[in-house]
Amino acid sequence: MRRRLLLLIPLLLFAVLVVFLYRGLAKDPAARDSALLAREFPAFNLATLDDPDRTLDRSLLEGQVTLVNVWGEWCPTCKQEMPQLLALAERGVRLVGVDYKDTRENGLQFLDEFGNPFEVSLFDPDGTLGFDLGVYGAPESFLVDAEGVIRYHHTGYITPQDVEDVILPEVKKWQP
Amino acid sequence: MAAMTRRLLLICLLPIVVLAGTKAFAAIEVQDFDDPALMQRYEDLTTRLRCPKCQNESIGASNSPIAADMRARVAALLRDGQSDRQIENAMVSRFGDYALYDPRLEARTWLLWGLPFGLVAIGAGVVAGFVLRRRRLEDRESGSVGLDEHERRRLEALTSRHAAGSHGRRNDGEAP
Repeated sequence: MRRRLLLLIPLLLFAVLVVFLYRGLAKDPAARDSALLAREFPAFNLATLDDPDRTLDRSLLEGQVTLVNVWGEWCPTCKQEMPQLLALAERGVRLVGVDYKDTRENGLQFLDEFGNPFEVSLFDPDGTLGFDLGVYGAPESFLVDAEGVIRYHHTGYITPQDVEDVILPEVKKWQP
Repeated sequence: MAAMTRRLLLICLLPIVVLAGTKAFAAIEVQDFDDPALMQRYEDLTTRLRCPKCQNESIGASNSPIAADMRARVAALLRDGQSDRQIENAMVSRFGDYALYDPRLEARTWLLWGLPFGLVAIGAGVVAGFVLRRRRLEDRESGSVGLDEHERRRLEALTSRHAAGSHGRRNDGEAP
């Protein structure tokens, strides 16, 4: 009898394999955790979108929880995301924008047209800050805690559902 | 007349062929290095690093903007005198382990690298077990084990008689 049971081992291993592969089918192959989670927000020294003469650095992100959103006028999904970002700003979340690989003119026009949820937008025409953040498309959002450490990374579109279910709870979680 | 038309057609088509060729190359810029060794390392690195935006393309083969940014950074770091390891680290720290086609051998990945060898070892063990057991059974059946002198002589007598006088008969039915 015990012999017989031993013969079932390959079948069991196969079943485990099937479960793993089946779960893999439902996964988004493009979804990956950021390499920057639990690490300090990269250093930067960038002019703001409004004022080329005003430059900001990492100290901008110290003191309170901030959602840094990487956007660009060239990015259609960013337009769809704007209402959600405006809602977040209304709910008291501090937002900082990074206008990524854009022109100043287009960026400002974008904010005029779709609204401006950002306390300030950094202007990153060459994508240097984007590169240091490991951004490979827009929109991407990084939640930074009061110590300037990246705590949550959202790749792509923030849906209205995400606002309630993901972003707001994360903001609350990292509140000092 | 026909030859003339053919030549005209060729002349008209030639620019299309040539332009099509340049278009394919135009997507990926050429990096020039004074040192051929650097050029070689650049080629190697851009094949080893994976484009984070694409599902399965090296940064050397992809024409996505982020792959171009990464190639430019690889070239800049090479000119800076950084080692291959440092350059890989720079990419992994931003884009995660995904940026490397070959995962590194470290505490986190020993299972990944070791499992195939482990499975081969287990398989070899199972096969060896079968072979040994089979051999032991054959030894027992061959008669050299467990028969005393008398029995062995009787067995020899029986088998020789069988061989000599019973062609086509499967069973002698001999009484002892």
